[in-house]
Amino acid sequence: MADVLVCIKRVPDVAGEVLLTSDAQAVDARFVGFTVSAHENCAVELAVRIATATGGAATVLTLGPEAAVEQLRAALAVGCAAAVHIDADPVGYGPVDVVREIAAVVETHAAEGRTYDLILLGNDAADTGDFQVGVRLAYALGWPVVNGVRTVEVDGGVATARGDGPDGVETYAVPMPAVVTVLEGGVEPRYPSVVGRMKAKKIPVETVAPRHEPLGPGRVRLTLPPAQPSTVEVIGAGPDAAPAVVDLLQRLGVAR
Amino acid sequence: MILTLVETDAAGATEVSLEAVTFGRTLARRTGGPVHALVVGARPDGVADQLAGHGVGEVHHATGEAFSAYGGAVWAAAVQAAMAATGAEAVVAPGSPRGLEVMAHLAARLDVPMAANVVGLGTEDDGEALRVTRQVMGGAALEEMLLPLRPAVLTVAGHAVQAEQVPAVSVTLREFSPEVTEADLVTRVVSTEPAAPDLSGALTSAKVVVGAGRGAGGAEGFAGVAELAELLGGALGVSRVVTSMGWRPHHEQIGQTGSRISPDLYIACGISGAIQHWAGCASSKTILAVNTDEAAPMVTKATYAVIGDMHEVVPAINAEIRRRRG
Ligand SMILES: Cc1cc2nc3c(=O)[nH]c(=O)nc-3n(C[C@H](O)[C@H](O)[C@H](O)COP(=O)(O)OP(=O)(O)OC[C@H]3O[C@@H](n4cnc5c(N)ncnc54)[C@H](O)[C@@H]3O)c2cc1C
Ligand SMILES: Nc1ncnc2c1ncn2[C@@H]1O[C@H](COP(=O)(O)O)[C@@H](O)[C@H]1O
Repeated sequence: MADVLVCIKRVPDVAGEVLLTSDAQAVDARFVGFTVSAHENCAVELAVRIATATGGAATVLTLGPEAAVEQLRAALAVGCAAAVHIDADPVGYGPVDVVREIAAVVETHAAEGRTYDLILLGNDAADTGDFQVGVRLAYALGWPVVNGVRTVEVDGGVATARGDGPDGVETYAVPMPAVVTVLEGGVEPRYPSVVGRMKAKKIPVETVAPRHEPLGPGRVRLTLPPAQPSTVEVIGAGPDAAPAVVDLLQRLGVAR
Repeated sequence: MILTLVETDAAGATEVSLEAVTFGRTLARRTGGPVHALVVGARPDGVADQLAGHGVGEVHHATGEAFSAYGGAVWAAAVQAAMAATGAEAVVAPGSPRGLEVMAHLAARLDVPMAANVVGLGTEDDGEALRVTRQVMGGAALEEMLLPLRPAVLTVAGHAVQAEQVPAVSVTLREFSPEVTEADLVTRVVSTEPAAPDLSGALTSAKVVVGAGRGAGGAEGFAGVAELAELLGGALGVSRVVTSMGWRPHHEQIGQTGSRISPDLYIACGISGAIQHWAGCASSKTILAVNTDEAAPMVTKATYAVIGDMHEVVPAINAEIRRRRG
């Protein structure tokens, strides 16, 4: 039996252009929706699969504003059995701060007899892209950590994880409890069923207050890369553009 | 002193590692002192001379059984040992998966902040801290961040700077075998299934590259672009989404964590043009984008564009080329 904790982060769903808040500390998300990164969706899927395969339970956790309960509910709807909400504004939290709060929850739960065998996180958060919360969490707990893998399986106290390395697919095998950070692509996250959504609504979310004053992310401000004036020449639309394209290829000397 | 973590392959230091060395030299102009490099495990022939040609005065080489297989923790232990011997004020690593992982370990072990994917250095310093600019929001925004020099731990985004050669300096090679703990050894790679090697080397030298991204829709969605590449005597390239999904092999990836291309023509189909992809294709002479979205950055930054579904547009182009050839 493996009990899994999976950590997700509510982030603005920006496709392309972004706007900044007036204090330049965050993305202005008034006109965009919110989501969770593809890496973390795969981590949730892996957590649910491991819990199901071993007869354990998956618990989802986030540090975020009240509205982040929406992302917790989405994870409950696809099979997580419990949810923890650390109620704080992540804009003022650096990776070290986030780790202290997650570790405090893990330790509190352990004292209550709720231990985790495995903690899954995304490889990197979609907004701040710090690439470090998982590794730091492992050090805070004194557990081994495997980074950037696409699949994780659990068998008899060992977590076996696979991911791409520079020379091919690499396998890691670490004793649990362990931390593993996940890259998208290894599993297809499931869609919630109607029944799953109904069930999720009935599961209480455990809300906890942060334990420490945050040190902060060291952020001075966000800026946007300067907009480049577009000089594109649209040479057509759809398959009808083919002759114009081949004219161009011939002009460039790349097609006979 | 600035210490740079250098990754190697059979040919020597990787391009992104040389970029990190170049960034290290920029940093050294700020902090004073030399730039050293650290190579862990396998050391290809001639890498010390190659690094000397990029301004590295001393190469530290961590050897021993502990480094026979990769592991984030053992590599970080090697960095710590090299730092202890040299008193580095900053450690710079490439923004590759390993560079990012090892720096996260190092920062956790030293209990200092880490800045991922740095692209530049601010002009003003804030006392004991560097002001760095780094990519956030998947490259859609930049963050100015204060990074204390106690020491500063950072990675440089791939292809954000150009690796610069300098008149070779004389270089010292120092081998050492740092102690590592049992706990650090546990997280090493236990086995590797070698990927099919890219023997063609086609992508980086091709005059024409036909690229495809998420718009390909699946592993079976590459027939049209592959045929177009073939018709033009070019190579196929892809975005990271494509390699993450396992639709195509990693050696075909273009971008910050893939190859940098500079063909005469790059035909980018179903690729949005995220900054990390752009970093690998920006030096193409001409870019033709094929995309359903006329507002996609790939389209607005391209020289030419066709707005439409790649699964309709590309086969039509292929048919037209064949028709004209008769
Ligand atoms: C540290 C880091 C490193 C990275 N390194 C790289 C890298 O080396 N290389 C890289 O590519 N990315 C890299 N990325 C990822 C990058 O941020 C983007 O996520 C990725 O490039 C997007 O791939 P895409 O354009 O294929 O997919 P998307 O962004 O999803 O874009 C798909 C595009 O296809 C269009 N489209 C959809 N269907 C069709 C159709 N039928 N016909 C035509 N057009 C269609 C859409 O309009 C859209 O523009 C990196 C990210 C990070 C954080
Ligand atoms: N506020 C948060 N709440 C829960 N998990 C988080 C939070 N921030 C980061 N994480 C987790 O840590 C991973 C890496 O984040 P980062 O190191 O910030 O790039 C993310 O993919 C999440 O799984």
